[in-house]
Formats: sequence, C-alpha cells, structure tokens
Amino acid sequence: MPEVSSAVSLTSVMLFIPIVGLIILLFLREDTQREAIKYSALATSLLTFAASVLLWLGFNTSQPGLQFAQRGEWITSLNISYYVGVDGLSLLLVMLTTFIMPLAILASFRTGVLEERGRQKLYYAFMLLLEFAMLGVFVAQDLFLFYIFWEVTLVPMYFLIGIWGAEQRIYAAVKFFLYTMAGSILMLLAVLFVGTQAGTFAVPDIIAGVQNGTINFPFDGIFSTQSFLFLGFLIAFAIKVPIWPLHSWLPDAHVQAPTAGSVILAGVLLKLGTYGIVRFCLPMFPEASVAWAPVVAALAVIGIIYGAWVSYAQTDVKKLVAYSSVSHLGFVVLGIFALNQQGIAGAILQMVNHGISTGGLFLMVGMLYERRHTKALNAFGGIWKVLPVFGGISLVITLSSMGLPGLNGFVGEFTILLGSFGSQYLGFFFTLFATIGVILAAVYMLYMFQKVFMGELDKEENKNLPALHWQELAVLVPIVILIFWIGLQPGVFFSSMDASVNQLVTQVTDVAASVALR
Amino acid sequence: MESYPQLVPLVILIPLVGMLINLFAGSRLGGRWPGIIGSTAALLSFGVSVLLYLYLQNNYWQAVVVNPPLLDGWLRLPSVGLEIPFQMRVDTLSVTMMLVVTGVGSLIHIYAIGYMLGDARYARFFAYFNLFLVFMLVLVTGNNFLMMFVGWEGVGLCSYLLIGFWFDKAKGEGWKNSNAARKAMIVNRIGDFGLLMGIFLIFWTFGTLDYYRPGEIANVPLTQEVAHEAELAAAEKAEAGAVEAEGEAAAEGEAAAEGEAHAAPLFVYTDNDHIATEQLGVFGQAERFIKKGGHEVAFGPFSLPFETVLVLITLFMLVGATGKSAQIPLFIWLPDAMAGPTPVSALIHAATMVTAGVYMMVRSNVFYYNAELTSFIVALVGATTAIMAGFIAIGQWDIKRVLAYSTISQLGFMVAAVGIGAYSAAMFHLVTHAFFKALLFLGSGSVIHGVEHGAHATHEHIDPQDMRNMGGLRRAMPVTFWTYLIGTLALAGIFPLAGFWSKDEILADAWLRGLFGETLSQQLAGYLSLGILIAAAGFTAFYMWRQIEMVFFGQPRTAAAEHAHESGPVMTWPLIALAVLSVVGGFMNVPKHVLGLDGLFGAHRFTFWLEHSVAKAHAAEFQPLIALGALGLALVAIFAARAVYGGGKAVVRKTHDPLEVNPSTGLVWGLAHGRLYWDELYFRLFENPFNRLGQFLADTLDWAFWHDYFHNTVIGKGFNAIGQFLSRPFDLGIVDGVVNGLGRLTQGAAGALRRIQTGYVRTYAVTVMLGVVVVIVILLLPMLQNS
Repeated sequence: MPEVSSAVSLTSVMLFIPIVGLIILLFLREDTQREAIKYSALATSLLTFAASVLLWLGFNTSQPGLQFAQRGEWITSLNISYYVGVDGLSLLLVMLTTFIMPLAILASFRTGVLEERGRQKLYYAFMLLLEFAMLGVFVAQDLFLFYIFWEVTLVPMYFLIGIWGAEQRIYAAVKFFLYTMAGSILMLLAVLFVGTQAGTFAVPDIIAGVQNGTINFPFDGIFSTQSFLFLGFLIAFAIKVPIWPLHSWLPDAHVQAPTAGSVILAGVLLKLGTYGIVRFCLPMFPEASVAWAPVVAALAVIGIIYGAWVSYAQTDVKKLVAYSSVSHLGFVVLGIFALNQQGIAGAILQMVNHGISTGGLFLMVGMLYERRHTKALNAFGGIWKVLPVFGGISLVITLSSMGLPGLNGFVGEFTILLGSFGSQYLGFFFTLFATIGVILAAVYMLYMFQKVFMGELDKEENKNLPALHWQELAVLVPIVILIFWIGLQPGVFFSSMDASVNQLVTQVTDVAASVALR
Repeated sequence: MESYPQLVPLVILIPLVGMLINLFAGSRLGGRWPGIIGSTAALLSFGVSVLLYLYLQNNYWQAVVVNPPLLDGWLRLPSVGLEIPFQMRVDTLSVTMMLVVTGVGSLIHIYAIGYMLGDARYARFFAYFNLFLVFMLVLVTGNNFLMMFVGWEGVGLCSYLLIGFWFDKAKGEGWKNSNAARKAMIVNRIGDFGLLMGIFLIFWTFGTLDYYRPGEIANVPLTQEVAHEAELAAAEKAEAGAVEAEGEAAAEGEAAAEGEAHAAPLFVYTDNDHIATEQLGVFGQAERFIKKGGHEVAFGPFSLPFETVLVLITLFMLVGATGKSAQIPLFIWLPDAMAGPTPVSALIHAATMVTAGVYMMVRSNVFYYNAELTSFIVALVGATTAIMAGFIAIGQWDIKRVLAYSTISQLGFMVAAVGIGAYSAAMFHLVTHAFFKALLFLGSGSVIHGVEHGAHATHEHIDPQDMRNMGGLRRAMPVTFWTYLIGTLALAGIFPLAGFWSKDEILADAWLRGLFGETLSQQLAGYLSLGILIAAAGFTAFYMWRQIEMVFFGQPRTAAAEHAHESGPVMTWPLIALAVLSVVGGFMNVPKHVLGLDGLFGAHRFTFWLEHSVAKAHAAEFQPLIALGALGLALVAIFAARAVYGGGKAVVRKTHDPLEVNPSTGLVWGLAHGRLYWDELYFRLFENPFNRLGQFLADTLDWAFWHDYFHNTVIGKGFNAIGQFLSRPFDLGIVDGVVNGLGRLTQGAAGALRRIQTGYVRTYAVTVMLGVVVVIVILLLPMLQNS
C-alpha cells in the first residue's frame, strides 16, 4: 500500500467548498439580503460542481485504486485519520451529488412554502451542510470519518422536512430520524469492532488486510462474527436504501419533504445506502457477502415487484413516485449482489440514473404542486395540452424512469439484469422475477403520466396554468441532457468505474473461492 | 458503389433530422410544411435504401457490417469483454425491411399530408411519424439483438404516442384514446419481457449478441453455389472477350461479370470454417454447436443441453413476438390501437411495426429451425390467431376494426409460416401484406374522411367509422372504391394479385411440411396449419367482401354518406401507387412452372435474394391443387358475402346484421360481434385481480398494517415507553438544557418543532446522548487499558 500524501487534495477542496459557502451565508441578513442568500447558495453549489468536474477530468480510468487521496492525522491513538479520496466506485456518485444540488437549490427559488414559512437563510444553510455531509460520505476512506458524515446527513434533512415540509412534517421528520438512527447504532457497533480488531479505521488498509489474510473476521456460516458484522453494516444501509421491508419511513419522508428535499432524498440520500454496501460490506466481508447474496437479492426482487405494485395503487402523485424508488432501488441491490462486473457496474450506473430520473420526477411533481396546490392524481388530466413543453420533458423523464432503451434507465437495468442472470450466486429465477418489474414499471409510470398529462382537459382549474418559468426550464434541461447522454453513450460512464469494479469483484470472489477450497 | 453500405446510417439519420425539425420548428413553419418535411425525409431515406439494394444486387448479395461514425460503442465493460456496439447490418433481409418501411412509409407520409391537415398538432404528428421511422429502421438495421430491442421498444413508444395522439378529445374520447395507448404499451411490455429474457439467455449462451460477425457468411451452401457460378461466368466472359451481358435473365451473370472487375474478397472463403467459434456471431455458433452435438451451456449454478437452451430462447422470443405482432394471447391491444389517426393504423399497426415480430423470428431462423418444439407451438399460435381474428372480423361494424382483426389474422399467417419453417414465404407475405393492408387502411381513411365531410355538411351526428352509416360510396368516391377493391381482392388471395402468390406459398409450404416433415410434430404442424389457414382464408374473403358491400355498394344509408366526396389527389395518389404494388407485388416470387410467368419474372427471385441472409429459407414448389382449392374457397366466400349483404339487403336493416337476425347464425355471429369476449376474460382473470391485489397491498398491508400498526403502534409506542423511562432522571436538568441550547442555536427554528413534539425530541436527544456515551466509552476503553 503506497503512502498517501497528507497534502491538501482536490477532493478536500471540493468537500469544503459548501462549508465556505455556508460561512458566507451566515454573514448575510435574512431580511434585506434574500437574493444574495439564494444566489450565493447557488453559486457555492455550482462551484462545488465545477470542482467535481475537475476531479472527473483528472481521473485516471485505468487505475482501480484511490485517486486525489489525502490522509491526515486525526486521532492517532486509535489510528483514526482524516482520509479522503475518490475511486471508480465513488466518482460518479460524487458527480451525481454535485449535479443534483444546484438543481435542488435552483428549484427552491420558486417553491412557495419557502416564501410562506420564511427562514430562507437557515434553509440554504442546511442545504449546503447537507451537500457537505453527503460528499463526505462518498469520499471518506476512514470508517470513523465515514460514520460521522453519515450521521451528519441526518441533521439537515431532519430540519428540512420538519420545518419546510407538508402537513405531517413533524411526524415524518422524527420517523425518518429515528428509523435511520436505529440502523446507525448497529453500524456504529460494527464500525468500532472492525476498527479495534483491525487496528486501523482506514478502509483501504482493512481491505488489503482482508485480502492478504492479516485481518481475519472469522466466518463459518451465516451465524458467525463476520456475518454479524456484515449484517450490522447491511441493516443500516438497508434502511437507507430502503430494502424491503424496511421502507416504511420512505413514503412519509418523501411525501412530506419540500420539493428540493424529496429531490435530494431520492436523488442522493438513498444511494448512501447502496454505496455503503458496495464500498464496505462487499470487500470487508467477502465470505458473508457471498453467503448472504441470495437472501438479500431475494428481498431486492420482492421489493422490485412490491414497490411497483404498491406504487400503482396510489392516488397521490408524490407517493406514487416515492414508492417507485423501492422498486428501482431493488434493481440496484440485485445488481450489487450478483457479485459480478456487469451487476455491480450496472448497479452503480443505475444509482446515478435513479438519482437523475426520480429526482426529475420529484421536480416535476413540485412544479405541478406549485401550480395547482394539490398532488392528487385525479385533480389533473390533459395538462400536456396546457403545458406542451413541460409535458414533453415530463414524458422523457417518465420514460427514462421506466427504462426505455436509448435513455439512461435502460442501460442500468439491462446491465444489472444481465449480471444477475449470469451470476454464480443468483441466476435464472432472480432475473425472471426482477424482469417482471420492467413490465410493472410501465404499468405505474404510464398510469401516472396518463392521469396527469393525457386525457381530456376537463377541469376548469387546469385550463390556465402558467407556462414554465426560465428557472424551471434551467432545472429540467440539464436532467434531460443527462438522460440522453447516459442512455446513448454509457461507455464513458462505465469506463470510469470499470477498473475499480473489476478489482472489487476480484476481491470478493477470490476470497470467497479460497474459502470454498478450504 | 463499393462505399454504398457506408450510407446506411443515413437511413436512420435523415428521418431523425426530419423529426427534430418538426419537433422544434414545425409549428412555426405552418401550412403543409411539416408534412412536406416529414415526407421528404421518408423519401430520401427510401432513396438510400434503394442504393443499398443496388449494392447488394451487384455484390453477390453479400452482407456488410457497418459501424456508424461517432456512435461506435454503446454498452462496454472492458474488464469482462462486454461489448455491444451500435452496429448496423446491410443484408438482403434488412434491406427488404428497409425498402418496405421507407417505401410504404413514404406513401403513407404523403397521404398524411392531406389527411392530417388542419389538426392542431400537425407538426407534432410528423415528428412522431419520422421518429417511428427512426426506431423501425434501428430495429431492422441493427446487427445485434440489443439494437433490435432498442428499435423494438422505440417503435412501441411511437405507437403509444400516436395511438394517444388525440388524447384531448372531448366527451370522454380523450380518456378512451389514452387508455388504448396505455394498454398497447403495457401489453407490448409483457412481450418485451419475453424478448429481454431471450436476450439474456442468448448472451450467456454465446457470449455475444451479434447476429453475424463481419466476414461471416450466413448461408454457406448457397454462397458456394453462387461463387461457383460466378467463376464459370467469369471464365465464359473471358473467352467471349468482354461482351457485356444484357437482359433480365442474365442478372446473375451480370453480377458475376462485375465481380471479376473488383474481385470481391468474399470469394477468398466460401465457408466459415476458418473462424474460431468464439469469433462467430450467435447464429454461426448455434449452427456449429448443433453440428457438433452434445454441447452443454452453463448458467451460473446450473447447466443445460444446448438444444433445451434453444427451445427456451425461442419460446421467450415468441412471447415478444406475440406482443408486437399481436398474436394469441397478447393481441388484445391492436384492435384498441385503432384509436390513433388512420395513417398511423396503416403505417404502424398494419404495414410495418406489427411485422417486427415476424422479422425477428425470421432473423433468428437458425434458432427456430433447430428448436422443434417451439416451431410447433409457433405454427399453432399463428394458425389459431389467423382463424380466431378472421372469425371476429365478420362481426364488426367499425370499418377500421374489421381491418385491425384482418391484420391480426394475416400476421397469424406469417407466424404460422415461421412455425412450419417457411421463412421465405413469411417474409414474402409480410411484404405483400404491407402493400395491400396499407392500401386498405388508407382507403378506409379516405372513406372516413369522406363521410366526415358529408356529416359536416349535413350537420348529422353519426359515427363516421361505422359501416352501417355508409353504403353506395362507389359513385362518390371512385378512386377510393377501385383501389379498395383491388386491395380487397389482393387480400382475399384472388389470382393474380399479390396476396394470391404469398398466401399460396404459405399454404404450399404447409402442405409439403405435412407430407415430407421429418418428424411427427413437423407433419402435424404442417397439416394443422394447412387446414386452419385455408379456413381462415375463407373468412378473409368473406369479411372483406362484406365490407365492400356495406361501404361501397347499395344505396347510401345516411345523409352523410350521400354527401360524401372523393379525397384530394395528395391522398388518392398514394392509394393508386399502393394499388399498383398490390397488383404486381406477387410477381417478385412466382413459383416455377406457372403459366409461363416464371419465364417472364424469374422463378422464386425473392426467395433467392432472401436466402443470402436467411440461412434456412427455401422455396416451395407450386401446388396446383392447394392453389385452386384456396382460390375456389375465396370465390365461394365472396359470393356468399354477396348473397348475404348484396342486393341492398343491408340497406333495409340499418342496425342489424343479416347474420344476426337469422336464427341459425345469430348465436355464432354474436360471438364474433362480442369479439369472443377476450377483453372481458382478461379483465376478470388478470386486470381486476391485479388492481384489487394492488389496492390491498397498498392500503391494507403496506399502510394500515405495516406503516400504521407495526411502526406507529408496536415500535413507536414501545420506543417511547423506553425513552420516557430512560429520560426520567434527566428530565429537568441536562436534556432540557441541551434542547434549549439547540433551540437558541437554530434561532428557534427547531423550537417550533420542539414545542409541538417535546416528547419525541426528548427521546431523540436521549438516543443521541446514549450513542455518544457509548462511542466515548468504547473509544476510551483501549486507552484506559493501555495506560
């Protein structure tokens, strides 16, 4: 393992830009400098995005290990360090975060509830804090540092839902908090155990130790130390994803959160869970991952079908979209536990895809809500006729979400299903049932699209809706561009992760195979 | 000419450009410009297809694989060698499809210039229409199954958009139209599920999705024959001293003569034996595995014999085909799809998109040829569909609905042809059917237009598609009438129109399969298909003539029909062009020894052309008995229809069918009229249970039980109780102090939360506190131990 420099890296620079913006924000006055608050928040997030683009440009795709890494001393007695960096597994998710945040902030400019409830400074401060924490989760390479970022993401989201949410915001915020907290405590115990056992909290060191046998978490079946550690992490992540049946917090949080909150929740926060599985569960506990793969994959497949089916029966647009995440994230988890290159690469790309298209769907719902102040499906109908551009863009986002070839969602889904089909640990039936989810996606997505945008324009209130504002267009157009870009040229995105994914798969399967030989 | 194949991306690119122009600027152009742009794009695309045709004619029909510039890679994971490119294939099969799609497509585009004029979304219509061409051409030009799938779902999308094109019509029509659109897409998705599973199986069996790799030869024996002939001809030519061969019969010689000039590399190898198995495409590999025998395929935890895998692959693909090509059990979307504008029905739901399933199976002929069980099922599905839909068509009043069921029935003919191994006959019928069914749909559009105009002039409120409101239109609409008549006769299989030849080839093949099939299941499939299809052909002639009688003969039954008038030239010229094609289209594949026609047109020219890409294609000998029998039956059916509906009988009974009021046929007619109650059956069996179970899952299981009861009551209350218990000692001092501090810190924002839900916040604070304590203790423990 080469020594990692302690010099400030681009990763750290990017990570702390939101904090700098946050400090600037604190000096602005809520009552007189509202525009300055908004635009400095936007500028901060754009700057963060620019920094992440530099990461992307400077990233060496042929190198599987960490890049732009930095390791500084922190709590030396316990070998806890400030250790950050990106590799193929996290790069795209960092990009996703920095891409979604400016859109979420810009979408907040035209959110009525902000005008109504005020406290805009606090709102944007929380947004930047959230961005910092989420980026921290994706770049942290030290288990303890990771845990702290993981917990910090909760706080701003708790307040975003609790202060600027809909009618039942308090309930939703508390539930969100407690639910995630419950999982986190398990993870904390596992983190501490792993750290003390390994003598270090640095993830690359732990993985290297697991690989060469110097660190050994005993595994002799599904009830062994390694299994419990695996589950400690997995349950925390599974709640976040959410893997069925731990999804009960999700409809509350998504539906009650303000538009930007839902966008970030669906767009990025859920991926903290799936990312965590890829980053920590698989390489640190390879034998347990292999042993538990069919179980988790089965839950994922149930989630795919269950989420889709429940989604179809909703009468509230936002709730429909919320449940669709259960289904979509089921594909991601299935791909991860295929434990082959196709599955995991597809899963990582699908995390990005889901962030873009479901984020887009929540933006769409938000824009509808701003115009009609309702989210009930049967309040709409024929909106396409009044808002042709909005209808067209919404169609593209809807189709991307249901996985139409040529758009982004298909590429991820296809690769995942291809992987799960050829997986040593899953195979035919997992894929067969998961593929039924592709049919169901059309069922609920087209139902929503028809109810809202097609049909007769038969309700008086819908006949004079204002056209899209340029700020709304500016939010939607980047999403549409990315939907086509990933759909038509996924090679660029796959190649950025290929080396790292390949290394990860070898790490898991080699150790698992050596166990099988023993 | 050598570089012509490189033009193939243009076939797709031109309609794409047309689509983009119409999407972004179409409505600003105004007038007929969107239509003209759309049609020009289609025509240019047709022009390129013709160039590709010429190329193949002059280069021994050998396929070329083309990587389009800028888009060479698509799905690529280098670490596992996954590589699925946007790769295109120019071979006789794909060019046949290109010619049909762009040729018939152009005519329908031109027709739509007139038909759609005045529609509020005129430009949007042509944008969708061109987009359809884009996807359909992706489907047929792709060199791998994934590109086929892209086109496959893409045309489904266009079909969805165009069926729901009038989503905003008043009086509930809009909801009906958009329901039809949604139904079409969902039912097709069920089919897509099958195709997708087939693709996964193919990938893990062969490690690739490419049909054939560059340099590979699809039909080795035929190529050797052609190469041999070319050599002989070249030698002859060298002796004769460079005399240009002329005349139609010398087409092959001509090609060979040119072959000498540029010494095509194809003749270096006339087989694939020099290519390693892994370097072959899926079909080449399949043939090799079959030849070798005993090949086992490993899928993750288990493995299967190769023959079983082929059966699975082809069965899953059949599911896909039943969706797109409207076969039992997934055909139910197509009749509803008539909600779209009539040119849409002609282009998408008759001539091109619905034939994609047939194209897919013909493309995979190597698979189907070697999967006997599937072939039997395919034959059965096709034949049953053919007769079922033909029967239902007899009981319909809606002019377009009759044609829709007719389309389902004819697609059944093609699918059955695939099932009995008559791949060339299936494609032949696909082509001729595209001519006369497009003609019939466009003709029905012209009729609807005429009646609508009449209704407009007389302020009569009638359904312009209901044949009971028509009658006597042959005088008002002569061009429509004559072309429609030609289309009808062609469809009914009357000599010497196109349908006669193509339908007869399928029947002859079925007969031969019954006689000479190698196994019992093949013979059975042959005889069964023959019997069922002949009966279906009888139905075809009957319902088509019924339509002719009701629409064009007799006296007008409404004022609207009386005041109908002929459509303009932009609509009638495409009708005439298609009528000509429906007359002469069959001559491209006349069998040997029929009235000397083969001397005139060459025997089995189409089959010969197709054989270069469809390895298992073959030509059937002419079977006079079958041909005469089928022709006789069609004539009888026509006379029967004339007897029932002719002579002004339908005039008297405006709202009842003569078969309906006749007690001996009333019951059976009622079944046809009720469309055999498929929709009701599906509603009961699938749709309703699906919806109700969904409601149950969402409301009861997920919400009432899991969300409310389990989480709020069991966990929530339990947690609160523990929290209350634990927080008692801290109540006054620390916790409130911390909470108050937090509240001040966030300037009371959190205070609002706290005031409302103090209990929760206290619990939360306690939880965090406990967590922190645990962390600190565990962190300090090793240090304490060390010291």
